[in-house]
This record gives sequence, structure tokens and C-alpha cells, in this order.
Amino acid sequence: MDSDDRNDGEKLTEQASGFSRRDFLKVGGISLSVPLVMGPRTIRVAGQDVKIYGPGKVPISLNINAKNYSAEVEPRITLLDTLRNELDLTGAKRVCDRASCGACTVIIDGKAVYSCTVLAIEAQNKKITTVESLMNGDQLHPLQQAFVDNDGQQCGFCTPGFVMACKAFLDKNPHPKPDDLKTGLGGNICRCGTYVGVRAAVMQAATGQSAMSSLSDSLENEGGQANG
Amino acid sequence: MAKYAWPEADRRALIGKRISRIDGPVKVSGRAKYAYDIKRDGMLYAKMVRCPHAHAKVAAIDTSAAEKMPGVKAIRVIQPVGTEIKWAGDDIVVIAAVDEATAEDAVRAVKVQYEVLPHLVLDKEPPAAKPDEPQPLGMSDLRALLARKAPDSEIISRIEKDGISADDNILGPAKTAGASEAVLTALTNARKVDPGFFRRVATQTAGDPAKAFADSEVVSEGVYGLSVITHCCLEAHGMIAEWSDDKNLVVHPSTQNVSGTASQMATPLGIPAANIKVHQDHIGGGFGSKFGPDSWGIECARISKLAGGKPVKLFLERNPELAVAGARPSAFARVKIGAKRDGQILAWQSDSWGTGGPGGGGSPPMPYVFNIPNQRKQHTAIVNHIGPGRAWRAPNHPQGCLITMTALDDMAAKLNMNPLDFFLKNIELVGTRAQVYRDELKICADLIGWEKNWHPRGDKTSGAMKRGFGLSIHTWGGAGHPSDCAITIQPDGSVELKMGTQDLGVGTRTALNIVAAETFGLPLNAVKVSIGDNSYPASGASGGSTTIGGITASSRRAAVDALEQVLIKAAPALNATPAELEAWDGKIRVKTDPSRSLTWAQACSKLGAMPITVQGKNPGLEKLNDQGVGGCQMADVSVDYETGVVKINKIVAVQDCGLVINRKLAESQVYGSLIMGVAYALYEEKVMDQQTGRMLNPNMEFYKLAGLGDIGELVVHMMTGKGYDERGVIGLGEPPVISPGAAISNAVANAIGVRVPVLPLTPDRVLAALEAKGANNASI
Repeated sequence: MDSDDRNDGEKLTEQASGFSRRDFLKVGGISLSVPLVMGPRTIRVAGQDVKIYGPGKVPISLNINAKNYSAEVEPRITLLDTLRNELDLTGAKRVCDRASCGACTVIIDGKAVYSCTVLAIEAQNKKITTVESLMNGDQLHPLQQAFVDNDGQQCGFCTPGFVMACKAFLDKNPHPKPDDLKTGLGGNICRCGTYVGVRAAVMQAATGQSAMSSLSDSLENEGGQANG
Repeated sequence: MAKYAWPEADRRALIGKRISRIDGPVKVSGRAKYAYDIKRDGMLYAKMVRCPHAHAKVAAIDTSAAEKMPGVKAIRVIQPVGTEIKWAGDDIVVIAAVDEATAEDAVRAVKVQYEVLPHLVLDKEPPAAKPDEPQPLGMSDLRALLARKAPDSEIISRIEKDGISADDNILGPAKTAGASEAVLTALTNARKVDPGFFRRVATQTAGDPAKAFADSEVVSEGVYGLSVITHCCLEAHGMIAEWSDDKNLVVHPSTQNVSGTASQMATPLGIPAANIKVHQDHIGGGFGSKFGPDSWGIECARISKLAGGKPVKLFLERNPELAVAGARPSAFARVKIGAKRDGQILAWQSDSWGTGGPGGGGSPPMPYVFNIPNQRKQHTAIVNHIGPGRAWRAPNHPQGCLITMTALDDMAAKLNMNPLDFFLKNIELVGTRAQVYRDELKICADLIGWEKNWHPRGDKTSGAMKRGFGLSIHTWGGAGHPSDCAITIQPDGSVELKMGTQDLGVGTRTALNIVAAETFGLPLNAVKVSIGDNSYPASGASGGSTTIGGITASSRRAAVDALEQVLIKAAPALNATPAELEAWDGKIRVKTDPSRSLTWAQACSKLGAMPITVQGKNPGLEKLNDQGVGGCQMADVSVDYETGVVKINKIVAVQDCGLVINRKLAESQVYGSLIMGVAYALYEEKVMDQQTGRMLNPNMEFYKLAGLGDIGELVVHMMTGKGYDERGVIGLGEPPVISPGAAISNAVANAIGVRVPVLPLTPDRVLAALEAKGANNASI
């Protein structure tokens, strides 16, 4: 990318969000004495009126799993930290905290998104789906059941993010070929090494059939039990 | 004792079957609460000020600005002015605040000045030891001298001649180790000498290496090694601590050692271990890096106390998690092997080095598995400023394995032998388990198509993609650790098993459930398994593949004894003696006449009004468990000759571990090991910058792990059945992670015709090896 491309990129950002990072920093510098919680103010930047939030806490409302939540967070707080620290929705995990590992994956307006790299204030007026919504009462979602059947988890810390990435992937690619998974699910990292189980789980969820060769001697319905 | 033995194959309803993990549903649903997920009322968040220098003295600390910030609740200086800091990222100040953002702001507001000292963060080959080079006596040298009962005069003359290491605290440990008064006096008066960066371990010899090399018809020499890697647990290190009063503490750590955490915190906190309650339901990865509370765990408890006992959450950010919370020592070696032209190995010589940071690091076992009769070995531990090393899944074995198996593979190439034939030719050198390895190598070769696919060094086909095959073998102990178990049976038939162990994701909960349910003849969901709390009977730390052998022995024994009590109470109702009864299919029944039976609940109702609780203990190695396994792996890779990119096509792992409790989760352990192996073979490296003394990639975009598309096809074959089952249970977590590096490196050498000497096999290293070879021989 040469310098012209970079400038174009910044202009695009300005148009999309209404202000550039430089402007944002300038505004931040003069707003130190705002009250602890306040709504947005409007200022004129780049010839347009834009809403300025913060830097203190601002009230936000989020639509998560078809339910409305209210919280008060600083504008710098991510959606992930809001889910975890404010709303006690801890299925999404904080691991790399910079969009490299996928443990924080949620679905926003149908797309798998790293919630560590979305600000909570930006996630307003969007449809957010987290792993907590997948179960139907005590019944696992077929994809979750496929993760259990194929042992697509060990320590389980990457698992909720992986489940959500797989859900978004299958919603878009209901009949994937095994090779499609390599790119479609390449954005989630597992340290224990559960990819063999995850691949089998996605194929089972897609086809409704177990990918594990030796299901005949399995005891899938033996009565699994979840101990806290 | 026979009564505790595992049931025969035809009497196993659960053991050895493929059973889904019982905590799978809570994990996939996001309902599993890890320590990192716990939120307590009024919880504060703690962050740490970390030293940016690899070696420095703290010169001044100013926390006044941070103290004035609203929301900051407590500040504690951990390492005060004057302290010598020995790695970048070490913690200096801890701050607790009402939320994370405030704590981070406060950390940025602390001003620390350092007197910067010279550092070393590299692990390049140390200069060769001069024969008469004085090396100050360290504690390990003294231990070695005492162990071989060296006379006082020899020890004292060594102390007077070379001085003692200024880095070691020798006097106290020497007394404990049994040094005489005369030696202690000599130590007190000794010169303190800076030992420098290189700690040379005394040369070890076996047989007559000089003669053996002289007798050798072919000698192969090379340099091999693997870089420092980190643990990169997805759940960072840390804990939540809160004081119920000023003498009682409750902690939620992320730990591999639930039962052993309190005793490690008690002394630094000045309270009895009995006053520390430890609880953990799930842990997001440990891999050997989470045995202790660490400085940050102790500080979490201290700052909680300073903040009036409020709950404090202190978990490492990703940067320190990678930079300071886990590292596998590097290892490199100049190796020379001598052999007869027919492939018989005669002699081994290695000059090895590596670093585990300030502790230097261990000496990898070499030559690995093959006990070559004539050996000369010398190891130098580099003591430097990269931060402390930790046990990493199968400590020292991947290093010893990589160096040995790649050096042997080069020897096979020099002999123009198929490495499989070469390994088999020398397989008696592995000792008592030679036949196991023979069987495993055959199965592994069949599964990867070795005979059809293997070719001599260098894929001669046209095109940039070169395909190659490599193999490696490994071993591990895996004896069960000390473990206690309590099983309570209620008169209504409900059963609870309690144990202060932890499930690292290997399926410990599920294994306990299987053992208890199998013994009582019940379905899995009829037994409640409670683990992860130090109020339950103590069980060892989960490391070294010691858990499964320990917990299955203690739970089996508790269950057998508990069942016996039920049978005694049930026997009169069935008009039989207890010995004539068995538990099967939810019933207590007469063995010879199964129609005479009671349901489990009916039988338990005979216990009366009170439940029974029975304890079981792992007595050590006996019929229920054993140690010592072998494994073999073969890799099929493609290497892009133009870009240097290595791609995994397939890896086959053949592994024994005695009696398999749960086939599905045992296979998961092996799959996971292969994937971790692909990562350290191809991608992972803790890259240190000598200029700044810091880690350059303490994040997950540049500290590379394997992704779902990087692993190729993985095939796992477990050795089970006759010859294996009767050995009892043996640990499996470590062994399969040992060989992948060597098998993959050997496959790459087979593909491109030249050894890429150091892991990870990154494109730059592959291209450099090709270039070096090109200077001698332009074609593959």
C-alpha cells in the first residue's frame, strides 16, 4: 500500500464514521471535565454534525439475543468487555484482545465478529447474538451437540467463540465441503488442538450425520451430565 | 490386591468405550464458568506496572499521581527501589481499581525510573569450554559432589580454587543437603565469583566413545535445535481473591494444582494454609505453566487485603501472558554419531546448550530413547534475561527427541538407508520395550504408506512442491500421582464422588465418572462428580501425565470398597453372601442367578438412614496403574521449494498408554498433541530482541499457532487390548506431543534433500537451508 492509498483509506474512514482518528483525539483532549455519565454531544467535524461520546461513561442500550440491555460504559470499552464485565454474559472469552484468535466471536447482524474489536457504543442498534442464545431450554443446538459428540473441545476456552464462528459459517454455507472449513474457520485459534473434532462437528451439523467413523461403539446417549 | 483390579474386557460396560465428555454441554453452551469469568459483588480489577528492561535496578518509584485518581482503591509496590530486575515484564507495582480501564490508566500514571544494566536475551552457541576454565561452584555442582560422596578435602579444595557462584544461595541449601561443618566453613569464607552466562554441566561419558568412533565406518555430524516457545494458555494466568475476614482467604485461581495452591500461598501471606479456600470449576489451558499461584497470585491476595478484603480480579494481559507466564527452554546441539556401514550405531557425542532464562534450564535427555552404548555428552545452560522457563508438556523430551531423531535421520541418509530400516536395525537399544516399538512402527508405516511413499532424500519429481516423509519415536513415564478420593452413597441410591483434582480439558471428570459408574454398574448420570475444590480429598497437581493413573486408582479403590458395603447390606435380602453378588446394569444381582436381584436404589435403601462415605487412595504402582509408554509418529509434508512454506499433508500417531479409560478423549489427547506439535514445528517462537531485551511477538498475531487449515489429515491409532490393558492405566497427555517436531523435520529433510536444523521450520529457515545446500549442490 503506498501513501496515496493510505490517505484514501483515511478519507473513507472519515466518511463512514463521520470523524477521523485525529479529530477524535483532538476532541478527547478537551473533554476531561465531563460528568461521569452523559449522553452524546454534537459538534461539527469535516463539515458535518457528528455525535461525540465520552470520555466519561455514557448510557448505551444493546440488543442481545433479542433482549434489550442497558449499561453505562466509557466509549473506549469494547463490546466484549461490556458483555463480560457489565452484563455477565461470559460465554465470549477475552484471549488475544486484538482480533487474532476468535475466542470472543459473536454474531452481529448475521456476521461473525470479534467482539474485542467492536466498541460497545458502536454495537448499538444492531442485532447481537451470543453463544448464550443457542440452547433451547435445556436442549443443545444441533451444532453444540455436534461439538459434544465429536469432542470439539478440550479446555473449552476457545469453544464458545468457535461455536459462534461455526454457526455464522453454516448459516452462510449450509452445505460446506471439508476444504471450505479451512478458510471459513481459519479465524479461530485453539491451543489444546481440537480442530479435528471441530471439523467433524461442523460436518455433522451440516449433514445431520456423524463424521466420526466409529459411532457404532459410542455411548453418546449414555446420559451426559454437566457438573458445575 | 486382586479385588481392586480392573474388570476383564467382557465385563466393561464403560471403560475403554468412546464416551463424550460429561462437561461438554456446559462448555459448548458458554455456561462453564472459568476463574476468568467469575464476577463477585463489588469486585475490583488489578493491573500491574511491569519493567520494560531485561536487566535493571529499580531507581525510583512515584505512585502519587495514580493514588489521586478517582476509582483507584489500592496501590502496592512489589519490588521496591534497589531491587534487581532480571527480565522485561517482571511486575513492579500492583494497582486495584473499580474497573479495568481505571486500573490501566493508573498503571500508566506510575513513574518508575530504572538503572539499566547489561542484558543477554539470546541463546547462541556458547564459546567452547577451555579445559582448565574455572567455573565457580554452584549449588547443583555441590549436590553432585555430595551425591557421589566426594571427600571433604576435594570439595574444599574446589571451593578454594574456583570460588562459589555469586548467583546461588548456597549456604542454607548446603546445610540441608548434608554438607559437613568443614565444607560449610569453606563456603562461608569462599570468594564469590560472577558465574557469567554459561553454566557448564559436567561432561558425562559411557562406554568408550573414543574407541567407538575410531571403530565407526561412517560418522555423521550436524547441528540441531529448537527455539524457546511459550505456553500461550488461552485463559491467562491469574486469580480472583477475597478475604472473608483478616485471617481467611477465598481464591478462584486458574490452576493445574487445586489441592496444592493453599500451601504455596500460606507462607507469603502469613496465614495457615487451612484458612485458604481454593475453588476452580474449569481451567482454560495450563500445559505445565500453572502449578503455582505465581507472584501475581500472591499480589492479588495482598492487594485485596489492602483494599479491605474486597474481591480482586487479577489476570494477565496477553502481552505478559506470552512474555513472562510461560516458556519452554530452547535446546541446540552439535551432534556426532558413529555407525557401522550396515547401520549399527556405535557412538554418540553431543555438545548441547539452551536457555530456560534465569534458571538456565534443564539438560535434555540425549541420546533419546536409543541408549547408544558409547557416549560423551556435555551441556551448557545459558543463564540469561528472557524470563523464567516453565514445564511445558513433556519437559525436556521434545528437545531431546528433536535433536536425537533428526541426527539419527541424517545418519540414515548418510548410510543410504531407509530410516525405518535404520531404526528397526537398532531397536534393541531402546531396552525392554523394543517389541512395542517394532509393533508400533509397523502399524504406523502401514497407515501412512511408508513402503510405497518413502523415497531417498530429495523429492526428484519436477515442480516446486516437494513431498517428503519422516518418522520419530518417543517415550514417557506417566505413573499416577498421589490421589485421595471420597465416595458417598446415600440411602436413596444417589452417589457423589469428591476429589480435589482438576480437569484441564483432558477429561478428568469424565474418567472419574466412568470408573465410579462402571464399578457400581450404573449409568454415567447416576454418579455426581465433584472436583476442583481444596475441601475435597487432596489429589496431585496435573502435570507429567500423572493424573489419570492417580485418580483412576483412588476412585476405583474407593468405589470397590463402597460397593462392598452395599453388597454386605443387600446380601440378606437376596439370600446370598456378599461375595456371590455383583453390580451390573443398574442392579445388585446374584452372579450365578441374575434373576435374583435388587435395583441399585433398593440395595442402597438397606444402608439405613445414614449415607456411607468411603475413602480411596492411590497406593502407588500396583495392578491398577503402571508407567512407561512408547509411541511412534510419521509425517507426510509438502515443501514449496520456491517460498519455503511447509504444508502438512498427514501425520500418523501410534501410541500405547496401558488401559484406556475413555477411547474418545484419549484420541483427543493425541490429536491435540499432534496439532500442538505442528505449531511448534512450523510456527511458534518466542522472538527476543537483543537491542531492547524484550520479546518482539507477545501477541497472537505474531506469536503464531496452527489454525484449522494448517494441520492436514491426522490419524491416531491407540495400542489397546492384550499386552496393553493388563498393565493398568498410564498417563497419555505428554507422550504424543514429543515426536511431531522430529517427524516433521525429518519429513522436510526427506522432501528437500537438506536438513533445516532449527525449529520452527519457518520459510526463511527453509530457504536458508536450501541456499546453503545450493552452494554445494544445485539440484535436490
